[in-house]
Amino acid sequence: MAINYLQPDYEVVRNNDRCIRCRVCERQCANEVHFFDEKRNQMLADETKCVNCHRCVTLCPTRALKIVKTDHCFKPSANYTESIIKDIYAQADTGGVLLSSMGTPKEYPVYWDKMLINASQVTNPSIDPLREPMETRTYLGKKCEDVSYDKTGKLMIRHYPGLQLETPIMFSAMSYGSISKNAHECLARAAEELGIYYNTGEGGLNEDFYKYGKNTIVQVASGRFGVHERYLNAGAAIEIKIGQGAKPGIGGHLPGAKIGADVAKTRMIPEGSDAISPAPHHDIYSIEDLRQLVFSLKEATDYKKPVIVKIAAVHNIAAIASGIARSGADIIAIDGFRGGTGAAPTRIRDNVGIPIELALASVDERLREEGIRSNVSVVAGGSVRSSADVVKAIALGADAVYIATPALLALGCHLCRSCHTGKCNWGIATQKPELYKRLNPEIGYKRLVNLVTAWTHEIKEMMGGMGINSIEALRGNRLMLRGIGLTQKELDILGIKHAGE
Amino acid sequence: MKKVHVNEDKCLGCRLCEYWCAFSHSGEKYMPDAFNLQKPPVPRIVVEENDKITFAVACRHCDDAICVKSCISGALSKQADGTVLVDESKCVGCHTCVLVCPFGAIRMDEGKAVKKCDLCLKTGGVPSCVQHCPNRAIVYEER
Repeated sequence: MAINYLQPDYEVVRNNDRCIRCRVCERQCANEVHFFDEKRNQMLADETKCVNCHRCVTLCPTRALKIVKTDHCFKPSANYTESIIKDIYAQADTGGVLLSSMGTPKEYPVYWDKMLINASQVTNPSIDPLREPMETRTYLGKKCEDVSYDKTGKLMIRHYPGLQLETPIMFSAMSYGSISKNAHECLARAAEELGIYYNTGEGGLNEDFYKYGKNTIVQVASGRFGVHERYLNAGAAIEIKIGQGAKPGIGGHLPGAKIGADVAKTRMIPEGSDAISPAPHHDIYSIEDLRQLVFSLKEATDYKKPVIVKIAAVHNIAAIASGIARSGADIIAIDGFRGGTGAAPTRIRDNVGIPIELALASVDERLREEGIRSNVSVVAGGSVRSSADVVKAIALGADAVYIATPALLALGCHLCRSCHTGKCNWGIATQKPELYKRLNPEIGYKRLVNLVTAWTHEIKEMMGGMGINSIEALRGNRLMLRGIGLTQKELDILGIKHAGE
Repeated sequence: MKKVHVNEDKCLGCRLCEYWCAFSHSGEKYMPDAFNLQKPPVPRIVVEENDKITFAVACRHCDDAICVKSCISGALSKQADGTVLVDESKCVGCHTCVLVCPFGAIRMDEGKAVKKCDLCLKTGGVPSCVQHCPNRAIVYEER
């Protein structure tokens, strides 16, 4: 390559009066940005390598560092923006598909932020969650709809296999391989303490984590990595992954470099080989095919575990969800297009799929219209960022939510969106032992517990304000939401009124 | 007694413990002053490193402390609470203790008394290295 057209995005600014040349920044940067110059007796930086992950900034004992966005600029254009130009340069350099990580940074509407929550005033009492009971326990799975009695007149209740959550939040699928073993340990231990579930993702379940089985959802994806009878029976539920919000319609590719001995054993593939998940499940080309897999899995687990089908939010989501609800699945998980990923082609991540808010509202509506809402529970994911988003999702019809990016943030992720490089300085999205030891599960799991506990407190506060004392009473209660700055069409799809109405 | 212990599997080799130790014993209030306005002070905890294995080493405050036995001037002594401390006014800088310590936990400080971990007893509370370890690899506990 004759000329590199790509200039660094960031500048490393070091206050040399504060710098004590302890070289922590140098030792902690897996991208090798910082180095010591003996001639100058000074730390220097090569900002072309900086991904802006803040590891050095956070660990610098004298706060001598900051990373700033460079003001070096192209001639401004609203059409050919800086990122478009840089992407073209990068592709002209490599001839490859652009890769990105985590959720799309593009400015698409965030409908959570265009909905407002109701509260009680005068005519109906609000509830103080500190003084009165507030139920956040949630059950997922098929619900018994009809009432029947036995000969003695006793109520007969049919129970279907389901999940019991102490709060309507679960950690969504992140595979062992895409994230580190320590990160998985944090999720598993936190799920156990919180009485919720974490999800193995498609990478199988490490032998050390079978003990967290009762708080684990085991995933079966198109690559079928690490799937065997004991695995299926190890978890509390089985999830068939059809699609992922960040990359609907395409498979996955975990590079061989990340397949070390332990990951290889867990995934049941040779060490160093690329783990390629096909775009479709090659045995699923219709709802009938899906039904076969659902029942194969139920058969393998003696009809004791609920089966989740996870799909990406795409254009015909309502019809697809209706099909899934009739396939024998107990839970449908919908993943919106702003959701995260360990690696996805940039163009797919930034252009394919639809927002979770619209998908969730239309699925809930459709299932109600068809009278099959009780056949399944609906779990919404793909950019649920706060307890307010959780409350809005439940009011739109979700039974529970899946969170992943907030969980990673709690573990130290700084959203530098460089997971695909495998050099995560925070020890999360990496398989390098010297890097993942940076995530101490003892600290990490506690931070996850704190996060979900804090959200649960806030959910209770908001429910109390609305005069509602259980998740059950909030679910699908769209009168508790009002739109702001939305068109009539958007309001119709969300099934909510505009603020002031 | 409570001592400074290091969990090797958690130690990142960042060496922040060394710098916080040196700073907290420097008498300076502003960290950069401890290192930039004078000859950098000697830390009493040291990170041992061999390729990707790293762990911090500090004084074990041995029950039968060989450094105390070897001290020719009586500067090193075992306190009633079990800590091994050096009386800097008595140290003659013969470095015998440095030589005999099986852990390499006593450090030379050119022209001055030897330096070793005092568990930050003067500043009270939790030792500085423990407080500032970013991965809680260094702990202060009874074992």
